Amino acid sequence: MMSITVLTPGILTTIQDTGRYGYQKYGVIVSGAMDTYALRLSNIMLGNNENEGVLEITLIGPSLSIKKGNLIAITGANLSPTINGKKVPMGRPIYLNEDIVLKFGKCISGCRSYLSVAGGFDIPISMGSKSTYLRAKIGGKDGRALKKDDRLELGDKSQLSLSIIGKLKEFSKEESFSAAKWYMKNIMLPSSDVTVIRVFEDSQFKYVNEGSINEFFSAIFNIDAKSDRMGYRLNGPKIEFKENIEMISGEVSFGTIQIPPDGNPIILLADRGTSGGYPKIVHVASFDIQKLVQLKPYDKVQFKKITLKEAEMLYLSREKDIEKLKRSVKLISI
Amino acid sequence: MGTNNFSILQINETSALIQFGNKIDKNINKKIRIFCAYLDENAFWGLIEYIPYFLGVSVIYNPLKIKSDEPFITVKLKLEEILSKLDFSCNYEEHIVEIPVCYGDEFGPDIKHVAEVNNLTVEEVIKIHSQGEYLVYMIGFAPGFPYLGGLSEKIYTPRRESPRIAIPEGSVGIAGTQTGIYPIETPGGWQIIGKTPLKLFDLNSKDKTLLKCGDIAKFYPISYDEYLNLKEKI
Repeated sequence: MMSITVLTPGILTTIQDTGRYGYQKYGVIVSGAMDTYALRLSNIMLGNNENEGVLEITLIGPSLSIKKGNLIAITGANLSPTINGKKVPMGRPIYLNEDIVLKFGKCISGCRSYLSVAGGFDIPISMGSKSTYLRAKIGGKDGRALKKDDRLELGDKSQLSLSIIGKLKEFSKEESFSAAKWYMKNIMLPSSDVTVIRVFEDSQFKYVNEGSINEFFSAIFNIDAKSDRMGYRLNGPKIEFKENIEMISGEVSFGTIQIPPDGNPIILLADRGTSGGYPKIVHVASFDIQKLVQLKPYDKVQFKKITLKEAEMLYLSREKDIEKLKRSVKLISI
Repeated sequence: MGTNNFSILQINETSALIQFGNKIDKNINKKIRIFCAYLDENAFWGLIEYIPYFLGVSVIYNPLKIKSDEPFITVKLKLEEILSKLDFSCNYEEHIVEIPVCYGDEFGPDIKHVAEVNNLTVEEVIKIHSQGEYLVYMIGFAPGFPYLGGLSEKIYTPRRESPRIAIPEGSVGIAGTQTGIYPIETPGGWQIIGKTPLKLFDLNSKDKTLLKCGDIAKFYPISYDEYLNLKEKI
């Protein structure tokens, strides 16, 4: 039986997939990966179902003992991964020629790294998902973050995974691992001092005070230290409204920016509630969420307004690109 | 607003909101239930899930399965077609859920405060709270947490000034004009008046939640011993 053993867990390492949909009407939150794009890439490049559960690794990574014969990939943040002390290339399939120890080190870019394994994790599917919902102790590894000595059993590899392994086995076996020559570049990692995030208006945007609108789109906001998977709090100019809006709990989504009474915006993320009661002003374009969730506390962000139509076009173009990537992996491997 | 009045808004790249009104109202809740019941039986291709709220329903879809260059427009037409043929005047069978509550003492540390604020005795608070009929407007905040309407104004009580770090599962509380039950242990600022042995959320049950949007919740007082007995059976 294939398995991974946790030697040290890192600060927050959880099993996540693309999220738990279909149960929000019961008050069960979506959870899932913060960077679903990086998660999907990590699965696609190994021949997994793109929704398969992977490890979401936050800032300070774990060390893991992984048996030979496994195929792994690391996407998202660059947390200086090494295998038996040797640097591991990211964004491509890695075949393990011997039993290894995978470690993470210094954070080079981003803050959430994704480790996928061919065959995925053999854990119970809870309400259609393997994602960990920490507060309700649902899904993932016993509903919690990984801890020392956890053993994660792995599932059966797909035909495509076996083909990828077949190709990699042709390479030198003297090294502890064989990395594919091809890779998927993660273009979404924030690369400049101030990250520009595109947003579109909510229907309540019309209640925002004129001065606050100008400030919101010209100011540079800092990500607050109290930010987490539930939401990013922003420090910058406070947002005010023209009038008092009577708020009745209603819909929120991944990337909704709401304004609590103190005026400091909160961006709702993967572990958001199923409903929210604060006024909403804008939503982050789905295309840019992947860039946003790789930001760390104290990183800087600026908002740029686009239309919902433009956001929808970006979304569709991204999905078409992902379909192309899936086809490419098949072409390269078979 | 006529019976079939509604608006459909695009919320984001993958969801639409059907809004039936702009204030908390039993008739709006009824329309929401009728619409959701229809979706339960007749999910359209590309529908991922729907979520009922106080004023409407959000519908999440997979734009790629909608197979259109303008997925929202296509979904909107589909929803309009559904909504135009639904009969919102039909009678809907009421589903009453009776919930045992052990009021006061260690399970309800704030009941004395609720009584004092409202110039009542603890017994009167229990009587008023357990005589009410509460409509479940929506489920949210935590798995199985019901937003209940219908609290008597005689026992309205503001939230605690400093929230508790952990409120135990099953706690029954009051916050302003609302009453509710905590399904899981969470921090919270509600005035806690009692505790139910029932599970509000059960992953392994068919319905998942004790209460559903549109149900009527009723509370009845039980003794500490009855609480322990029931708790053991669950």
